[in-house]
Amino acid sequence: MSHIAIAMQWHDWLALFGQYMLLSLLSISGAITTVPDMHRYLVAQHGWLTDAQFSSSVAIAQAAPGPNVLFVALMGWNVGLNAGGGIGAGPGAWLLGFFGLLVTMFGIMLPSTTLTYLATRWGHRNRERRGVRAFKQGMAPVVVGLLIATGWVLAAGNHAGDAPAWHLWLLSAVAALIVWRTRVHLLWLLGAGALLGAVGFV
Amino acid sequence: MLAIVQREMVEKKRWLTPEQFLEDWAVAQVMPGPNVINLALMIGDRYFGLRGAIAAVAGMLAIPLVVILVLAVLYAHYAANPQVAAALRGMGAVSGGLIAATGIKLVPQLRRHPLGFATCLAFVALVFGAIAVFKMPLGWVLLAVGGVACAWTWRKIGA
Repeated sequence: MSHIAIAMQWHDWLALFGQYMLLSLLSISGAITTVPDMHRYLVAQHGWLTDAQFSSSVAIAQAAPGPNVLFVALMGWNVGLNAGGGIGAGPGAWLLGFFGLLVTMFGIMLPSTTLTYLATRWGHRNRERRGVRAFKQGMAPVVVGLLIATGWVLAAGNHAGDAPAWHLWLLSAVAALIVWRTRVHLLWLLGAGALLGAVGFV
Repeated sequence: MLAIVQREMVEKKRWLTPEQFLEDWAVAQVMPGPNVINLALMIGDRYFGLRGAIAAVAGMLAIPLVVILVLAVLYAHYAANPQVAAALRGMGAVSGGLIAATGIKLVPQLRRHPLGFATCLAFVALVFGAIAVFKMPLGWVLLAVGGVACAWTWRKIGA
């Protein structure tokens, strides 16, 4: 993940912050749906990140434990590192990276959490209303379908190795079956997936 | 991530029943913002007020943020290693399975749904097809299918 040298002025940081605040309000059902727009803004329009930095930010956050919105943190971190001369440039660059991380994370989190906080309070106070109940119950089957579809898209999305694709599908299916039927700790499953990858099964 | 949340909050701590989890998850899902964060925010707020909400969100982000930075630095060193890329791929395949299983586990809750089990399954299949097979934009799917499902439920529970 080699860096590119860029210069970030204070108004550039401000623009980045504003862009992420805007995307925050558009990120229905997760920040991952705004990835195409982030790519347009960071890579194509401003050239603040390379393509490789962008896609590895998403990939690492997907694989790591924790909410996958953290890919946003990695993007900010990489922008800051680029502005500071790369990770090898020492503590100054790391500080800028950390600053970039704060800019993008606060940008993506503040508007949506504030809105969710206010809206769900209202919804909980009025939970006996017919409209609120209809909304919550009506969305339930939609959400179940969405979850299964998300799992499907993730499982289908990473075919790039030498192993045949059905190995990956098999791994996803077995993982789904184990989670459904047993109480094995999920980190064991992720670890097993990493191991199978490392030994060349997938 | 969601698979872990469901297991901890519903199956172990029993803070939520499966029905509540599904309803709260639906709300967290359609609000803007990362959905597990929204869910943590809602549950933190319900039991402990604003402070609970802030604590829940901070708790969801703090440790994973450190982990992910370490991973990013490590990755920068080992990106060229094909085994590292393959391990990432294996973990990606497993996480796809985890998320799908979380959805499958919630299917039995739909049996008591006002629309009836068969109609619910049709909605599940419709959403799955639209997103996974036809790759339609999420916003439109939520608006169209979700809108119909909510309006239909509204009529059913009023009668």
